[in-house]
Amino acid sequence: MEFVQNFPFFSILLSLFSGPLCSVIGGKAARRVNLAVITAVGAMSAAVLNFTIRSGEAYVYLMGHFPAPWGNEIRVGVLEALMALFFCVVMFLSMIGGSLERALEIEEGKENLYYVMVNLLLSSLLALIYTNDLFTAYVFVEINTISACGLIMIRQNGRTIEAATRYMIMSLLGSGLLLLGICFLYDMTGHLLMSNIKEQVQILHATGDYHIPLLVTVSLMSVGIAIKSALYPFHAWLPDAYGYSTLSSAAILSSLVSKGYIFLLVKIFYRVIGFDIVRDSKIVNVLFAFGVVGMIMGSVSAIKEGNVRRMIAYSSVAQIGYIYMGFGIGTTAGVIASLYHILSHAATKSLLFVAASGLTDASGDSTSFFDLTGAGYRNKLAGVAFTVGSLSMVGFPMFSGFISKLLFAQAAVDSAYYKMLPALIALALSTILNAVYFMKTVIRIYTPADREEVKRRGFRNVTVTDQKAKSVALVCFIALNLALGLSSEPVVRLLREGLNLFA
Amino acid sequence: MNLANLANNYEEAVAMLLFVIGFSNLLLQKNLIRKIIGLNIMDTAVYLFLALKGYIEGRKAPIVVDGVQSMEAYVNPIPSGLVLTGIVVSVSVSALMLALTIRLYRRYHTLDLDEITTRLKKEGL
Repeated sequence: MEFVQNFPFFSILLSLFSGPLCSVIGGKAARRVNLAVITAVGAMSAAVLNFTIRSGEAYVYLMGHFPAPWGNEIRVGVLEALMALFFCVVMFLSMIGGSLERALEIEEGKENLYYVMVNLLLSSLLALIYTNDLFTAYVFVEINTISACGLIMIRQNGRTIEAATRYMIMSLLGSGLLLLGICFLYDMTGHLLMSNIKEQVQILHATGDYHIPLLVTVSLMSVGIAIKSALYPFHAWLPDAYGYSTLSSAAILSSLVSKGYIFLLVKIFYRVIGFDIVRDSKIVNVLFAFGVVGMIMGSVSAIKEGNVRRMIAYSSVAQIGYIYMGFGIGTTAGVIASLYHILSHAATKSLLFVAASGLTDASGDSTSFFDLTGAGYRNKLAGVAFTVGSLSMVGFPMFSGFISKLLFAQAAVDSAYYKMLPALIALALSTILNAVYFMKTVIRIYTPADREEVKRRGFRNVTVTDQKAKSVALVCFIALNLALGLSSEPVVRLLREGLNLFA
Repeated sequence: MNLANLANNYEEAVAMLLFVIGFSNLLLQKNLIRKIIGLNIMDTAVYLFLALKGYIEGRKAPIVVDGVQSMEAYVNPIPSGLVLTGIVVSVSVSALMLALTIRLYRRYHTLDLDEITTRLKKEGL
């Protein structure tokens, strides 16, 4: 065994233990520890990714020296390492991008608690990515929920506390269903390790025993995770939570937290149940229907919204709809499109949040749509970044959003006819609706504002040097977006390879 | 036939009934404290279900006494372990929910979540 194979385990433990460490040191030191941990975990994930690509196979790492079916395991392949690396990059950039806001919005003396939450969130995301044990996954799902709740309510006002409460309630409903599903599965198969469960489920499926309980289990777990990741009718908490929390929280929540759950769902589909059984169970059709409705309704709500940050939050609802529609298509191509969209949406949505905050900085901290008139001239970099993010969301070629729409369309064309038509129509409609609200905003920020008005309201110009950290984050996000959009071929190949190794 | 199955597995049926009661309370109640009680009923139902699945009639708790090491003497210990882990999780989320409830109550002097939402809309923050 090579030393590099220990890295996934190290990265989980490192982020887990740096959490408590941050609670006893001061805010500034905690900030440094946090950035160092994210960097270290990112570097280790890159090394693991390199190792798995070279070796071309997934490996199992025993946690404690008990072999399967007794011990706990983590399992590492190309897809897991790629996700871990990507999540670290997005988290790092979101943390830098929001440092100015955090200094203003977090109560004095409580900064270090924020980093406790971020470190725990990172460790739970890593554990969700790497674990091969279903019950461990459940525990880390809950840790993820709790730390996400902390991220929402660190900025204390009525809205965020209410949003955090609603978030907790919906999440707990979801995790209750997930837990029940896991218990049913344990009851039927007698195992908790994913690979062992799959063997037993294949046998059950072949003999036809427990057909209905198996169906119920798959639906319970899918619905539970769908609730937690804010699929369309379960999104009531989302706009407030993303719209009023501090900037790095909004960026991290929208781009990473819901994606961690979705990754767990992919894992359940491929490694625990087996995707052919999931497809036969018709549960994917339900996900497909909700995904399609979400794509449209999320965009409609975004069009009606007058607050820029809430508008971007509603756009997340639509994008989660895309991801579930990809699962719902029920082919491997659809899942690959969804996985690519996870990456693309994470890179774009955090870019949009950071860019929008740059624009509001130049508009007297108002998030109202009309106050943003001409903000693209007052803060040039944020204007460009917001335009890039918007074009990517709409699906303009060159940017990452285009590739994910292309992949979705290709997957839809190859699927059954009763899914092809709704999927293509929904894609087209949703693209138009996306264009309506994003292009509306882009035009608004590049409409010259009334000089008198700007002077009267005291809007100031923001230059790149005023907000160095945010500018660096924005430039990196734009580069990430372009890299995903222009060199999609290797990324998609990695995803395909990873998904093959995944099961 | 199906009714007979139900009668034979009435413990599991009770667990599921409790789960549904807890779930609908957590979802539908307006009062935050009732929601939290619903959450606890829901989690407890899952633990009841797990404990039932681990129990084997006529066997003892899996603690070695009098040197009896035969597997046939004891019930399955894993579900108990899962229940313990689950209780820890459930305690921490309940504590967090209660803390949030206190925060909201101090600010708005009501436990009704819908009313808080209406007031927030009026404030128009």
